[in-house]
Amino acid sequence: MAIHKGIIRSRSISYIATILLIGFFAWSLNAHADEDLHTISEHTEHEMEKANLNAGEIIIGHIVDAYEWHIADYGHTHITVPLPVILYDEGEWHFFLSSKFHHGKSAYKGFEIAQEGMLKGKIVKRDAEGNFVQPIDLSLTKNSLAVIIYSTIVVLIFLGVAKAYRRRERKAPKGFQSIIEPLILFIRDEVALPTIGKKHYERFLPYLFTVFFFIFFNNLLGLIPIFPFGANVTGNLAVTGVLALFTFFITTFTGNKNYYAHIFNTPGVPWWLKIPLPLMPVIELVGVFTKPFVLMVRLFANITAGHIIILGFISLIFVFGQTSIYAGYGISILSILLSIFINFLELLVAFIQAYVFTLLSAIYLGMAVEEHH
Amino acid sequence: MELVNPGFGLIFWMTLAFGAVFFILKKFAWPTIIQALKDREKHIEEALLAADRAHEEMKKLQIDNEALLKKAKEERDQLMMEARKLRDKMLDEARLKANDEADRIVENAKVRIENERKAAITDIKNQIAEISIDIAEMVLREKMKSSDAQKAYIEKLIDDKQLN
Repeated sequence: MAIHKGIIRSRSISYIATILLIGFFAWSLNAHADEDLHTISEHTEHEMEKANLNAGEIIIGHIVDAYEWHIADYGHTHITVPLPVILYDEGEWHFFLSSKFHHGKSAYKGFEIAQEGMLKGKIVKRDAEGNFVQPIDLSLTKNSLAVIIYSTIVVLIFLGVAKAYRRRERKAPKGFQSIIEPLILFIRDEVALPTIGKKHYERFLPYLFTVFFFIFFNNLLGLIPIFPFGANVTGNLAVTGVLALFTFFITTFTGNKNYYAHIFNTPGVPWWLKIPLPLMPVIELVGVFTKPFVLMVRLFANITAGHIIILGFISLIFVFGQTSIYAGYGISILSILLSIFINFLELLVAFIQAYVFTLLSAIYLGMAVEEHH
Repeated sequence: MELVNPGFGLIFWMTLAFGAVFFILKKFAWPTIIQALKDREKHIEEALLAADRAHEEMKKLQIDNEALLKKAKEERDQLMMEARKLRDKMLDEARLKANDEADRIVENAKVRIENERKAAITDIKNQIAEISIDIAEMVLREKMKSSDAQKAYIEKLIDDKQLN
C-alpha cells in the first residue's frame, strides 16, 4: 500500500501536464478522486484482512509479467492461455507449456515459480542448500507475446500507411493515413527539428518515429482490457529499459568529438574541477547513464501507475462486495465513473508519455550531434 | 520486488521485437513516408508559388489591358478629332472654292454683260448715226428740191469762199 500511495502521489505531479490540458474542472475532480482513494484504501486495508481478499496482490498480479495469460476466473476455474516456457539450464534446453506449473502450484522437471523472495514470480530451481537458482530464462511470457503481437500490429499499420503514401502520391491523406500524418508531422516539425537541428534531424527521424509510435500504440493497446490486449507492456522495466538502451546506444555511437569533449573536458569550467580530481568528468559521465535510466523509469512509472489506479478502482467493488453485496454494488457506480475518468486520462498519458520519451530521446541525440559553436 | 525485477526473457524478446520493428519500418515505411511528405510539401509550395505568379500575371495583364484600352480610346478620339478637323477643313475649302467659283462666274458674267452693253451701245450709236444721216439726207433733199434754194445756197457758199 505504501508503494501504491507513493506512486499515486508522484503520479499527481506528472499529471500537471495533463491537468493543464483538461482544465481546472478536471483537476478538482482528480484531487477529489485521490482523496477518496486515500480514505477508502485505509478503510479497505482493515476490511481486506477480514475478507481475505488481497487487492494489492491482485493488482500487482495484473501489472507484472507472467508465464501464462490470465483472462478470467469462473468459479474456481482459471481461464488462462498457457505460454511456452524456454529454459537453458546446465547445458540443456527445456521447452514446455506453462500449464505444467498448474498456475504456480506445482513444480515441473525440478523447475517452479518462486512464490516469495527476491525472485518472486520467476522460474527457479532449488540448489543443494535449498536456495533459489535462476536458469537462463527465454520463456515467451505474457509481455513477450504481447510485445510481439503489438509490434506486428505496429508494423502492419505503418506498412499500410507507407503503401497509402506510395499510392496516393501528392494527394491529401485519407483514412488511417490522415490520423497518422499529423503525428508524423508533429514529431518531425515540433520534436526532431527544433531539438536536433536542420542539419542532422533527418538522420534520426526513423528512430524517433519508431520509438514514438511503438510506445504510443503499446500504451493504447495496453489500455484495452480484452485478450490479447491489455498487457502492461510499456509499464514493464524490461520494455522501457530496452527502449532507453536503444536511445543510449544510438546517442553513444553517433556522439561527435564535441559531445565527448563536453563529457571529458567540459569547456567553460575552472581547471581545478577537472585536475587533479576529475569531478566534472565524473559528474558528466554519470549524467550519460542517468539520462537513459530516467527515460526507462519515467515511462514505466507513468504507465504502471495508470494501470494501478484503474485496477484499484475496480478492486474496490470486490473489496466492498466481500463485506456486503450492496456495498459492492453501491461503490461500483463511483468506481466505474472514476475508472472511466482515469481511462480517459490514460489515453492522454499514453500520448504524452510517448511524446516525452521521443522528445527526450531527440534532445539527447541533438546533444550528441551538436556542432561546436 | 516483482515490479522492478524485469525478466531476462522479456528483455531478449523486447530487443528482438523492437529491433525488428525498427529495422522493418526503417527499411520499408519511413523513407517512403518522409519522401512522400517532402514531395507533397514541395509540390504544394510550388503550386502556391505558381498560383501567385499567375495572379500577378493576371494583374499585370489586366493593367496592360486597361492601358491598351485607354490607348485605343485615345487613338480613337484622336482619329475622330482629326477626321472632324479634316471634314471641317474640307468643308471650308469647298465653301471657299465654291465662293471663288461663284465670284469668278459673277465676274465673268459682269464682264460679258458689260461687253454686251458696250456692243449694244455701239450698235445703238451706229444705228442712231445712220438714222441721223438718213434723216439729214432726207432734210437736205427736201430743202434742195427747188433750183432757187440750190442757187441761194451756192451763192452763199461762194460768198463764204470769197470772204475767206
